[in-house]
Amino acid sequence: MAAVPIENRGLISRLWGHQETRSVIVQVLTVAVVFAVLALVLRNVVINLEAIGKEFSFSFLSAPAAYDITFSPFIEYSSRDTHLVAAAVGILNTLLVAVCGIVAATLLGVTMGILRLSRNWLVNRIVYVFLEFTRNVPVLLHILLVHGIVVTTLPAPRKAIDIGETMFISNRGLYVPSPVLEAGSGIVIAVLVAAIVAAALFRRWAKRVQVETGKIYPVFWTCSGIIVVATAFAFVVMGAPLSWDVPALKGFNFRGGMALKPEFLALWLALTYYTACFIAEIVRAGILAVSHGQTEAAYALGVRPNRNLQLVVLPQALRIIIPPLVSQYLNLTKNSSLAIAIGYMDITATIGGISLMQTGKEMETMIIVMGVYLVISLLISFFMNWFNRSIRYKER
Amino acid sequence: MATVDETAGGATRASDPAETIISIQGMHKWFGQFHVLKDINLDVKQGERIVICGPSGSGKSTLIRCINRLEEHQQGSIVVEGTELTSDLKNIEIIRSEVGMVFQQFNLFPHLTVLDNCTLAPIWVRKMPKAEAQEVAMSYLERVRIPEQAEKFPGQLSGGQQQRVAIARSLCMNPRIMLFDEPTSALDPEMIKEVLDVMVELAESGMTMLVVTHEMGFATAVAHRVIFMDEGEIIEQNAPGEFFNNPQHERTKLFLSQILSH
Repeated sequence: MAAVPIENRGLISRLWGHQETRSVIVQVLTVAVVFAVLALVLRNVVINLEAIGKEFSFSFLSAPAAYDITFSPFIEYSSRDTHLVAAAVGILNTLLVAVCGIVAATLLGVTMGILRLSRNWLVNRIVYVFLEFTRNVPVLLHILLVHGIVVTTLPAPRKAIDIGETMFISNRGLYVPSPVLEAGSGIVIAVLVAAIVAAALFRRWAKRVQVETGKIYPVFWTCSGIIVVATAFAFVVMGAPLSWDVPALKGFNFRGGMALKPEFLALWLALTYYTACFIAEIVRAGILAVSHGQTEAAYALGVRPNRNLQLVVLPQALRIIIPPLVSQYLNLTKNSSLAIAIGYMDITATIGGISLMQTGKEMETMIIVMGVYLVISLLISFFMNWFNRSIRYKER
Repeated sequence: MATVDETAGGATRASDPAETIISIQGMHKWFGQFHVLKDINLDVKQGERIVICGPSGSGKSTLIRCINRLEEHQQGSIVVEGTELTSDLKNIEIIRSEVGMVFQQFNLFPHLTVLDNCTLAPIWVRKMPKAEAQEVAMSYLERVRIPEQAEKFPGQLSGGQQQRVAIARSLCMNPRIMLFDEPTSALDPEMIKEVLDVMVELAESGMTMLVVTHEMGFATAVAHRVIFMDEGEIIEQNAPGEFFNNPQHERTKLFLSQILSH
C-alpha cells in the first residue's frame, strides 16, 4: 500500500505528522498538565486549611520562640527571641556543620582514597575494611554511635581528659582555647592579605617568565614562603598581638575558651567519616581511570613523577572526580538534617521541629526548611559546576 | 628532505659507527616467580637499527622497556650512553630524556592539543621557552606530515595520525635513541603504511632505533640486525637477509614459517 501524501491528510494528522509542530504541541500540553496539577494541589491546601481554621501566614516568625537553643556559636540567642532568630540560628548551625563536614570529609576522603591505592598490603586492607564497614551502615547509626561514645564513655568535666592544660575533653564536649585579638593585630592581618596578593602576583610573573625564557621557579614553595615568612615577621614586630582565652573548670563545667558541644562533635565526626568513605572511592576510581599508559608516556619523555601528577594525571582524574564529588557534598549537607536525632539544633530541629510543634504552622515551616536546603544545595552546585567548567577539557 | 640531517644530527652521528650507545650485559628480569628475561647480552652501536621479533610473551617489549626503566631489571647491567641504569632517579631521568619511546597504544595526552602534547616535555623537562618549543614541535609535526592538525585534540585524529603525533612528540626531546614497542599493531591496515613511512624516513636520518615489530618488510628494508626472542632469551640474531633466508635455529624456522605463511 502506498503512503498517503501529507497534503491529502486531515489538518490534525498533518500537524501531528510534522516533527517541529508535534514537539511544540507536546511541550504546551506538558506545561498545561503540570500547572493544572499544581493549581489543584494549592486549591486543596487552601480549602483544607480554611476548614480547620488555619490561615496561611508567616506572621508567627515575629512571635517569641520561647524555647532554648543550647548551641549558638554565632549569634546571641535567648528564649525571648523570635522564631525568625531561632531560624537564623538553625540555618547557621546547618551551614557550620555542612562547611566543616565538607572540608574535613574532602581531606580525609582524598587521603583514604590515596591510601587505598597504596601497594602496602596492610595499609590498603585496613582502609578497605574501614570503608566497607562505614559505607554499609546507615549514617544515622554512625551519628548515634559517635554521640553515644562521646556522651557515655567520656568522663565528666571534673575528670576531663587534659591535653597540656589547655584543651579538655569531657562528656560536655571539647574545650579549646579561643584566640583573642589585641591591638596591632589588624596590621598583621593586613600584612597577611598583602602577602597573599604578592604570592599571586609572583605566580603570574613566574608563569610569564617560563613562557618567555623556559626558566621554572618553585612556585608552590616560594608562594608558601612569602605568606608564612611575611606574616610571621609582622607578628613578631607587632609584639605578638594575640592571646589565648584558656578554658578553666568553674563549678560543674568549663568557662572560657571555645566549646565544641558533644552534639556538634558527634554529627560532624560521623558525617565526615561517613562521607569521606564515599569520597575515597570516588578519588580512587578517578585516579585509576587515568590509564597507566599516560604515566608511562610521561615518564618515557623524562617527566618527573610530581610533574606527571600535576600535568598529566590530575587534569584527567579531576574531570572524572568532580561531578560525583558534588553529589557527596550535597548528600552531606542534606544528611546533616539527621542532627535532630541527637539534639543538635540545626534548621530541621529549630524551625522544622520545635517551632512547628509550638505554632502548628506545618506548611509554612516546612516550606522554609525545604527552601533553606534547596538554596544551600543549589549554591554548592553552582560553585562546583563553575569549578568543573574551569578544569574541563575539550575532547573533540 | 633538507631538514632531516640537521634536526636529528644524523650525519655527524653516523660518522662514528663504532661507538656503543647501549650495552646490556647478563641481564635478568623476573615478574614475581616468572623469569621473563634470561641472560640478555646486547650491544647497540650508534646509528644501528635493530628489529626485535618473536612470539607473544617472549619478552621483547619487556626488553626495550628495561632500556628506559619503565621496567626494572633485577640482575646484570644496562649502560645507556655511558650511564648505568640503577635506582638512582637522577640517572633514570637523564636517560629517559635521551631515549624516545613510541607505544602500541599511542598514549597521547587526551586533555592537551597535538601541539601541547609535543611541547609538554621540552617546556617542563628541557625548560625551553614556549615559543621555541612550539617552533621545534611544528618542525617535527611537518616532518611526520600533520602540521595542520596541531590545534586539534588526539581524540579527533585517526590512529595513524595519532601514532605519527606520538613519534613527533618523542622527537621533540631530540633523543639519540628511539624505542618502538609494536608501533603498528593497533592500527588498521591502511594506516600502517603512513606510520612505517615516517619510521623509514627516521631510519634514513641515522637515528639509533630498536623496533619491536612483526612488519618483516620494514625489517628487510631498514634493519641492520634482526633479533629473534623466545621464552625470554635471544635465540638468534643476524642481518635481515641471512635471518629470513637462512635461519639457524629450529624455533626461528617455526616462527618464520608461521608469520610468513599467510
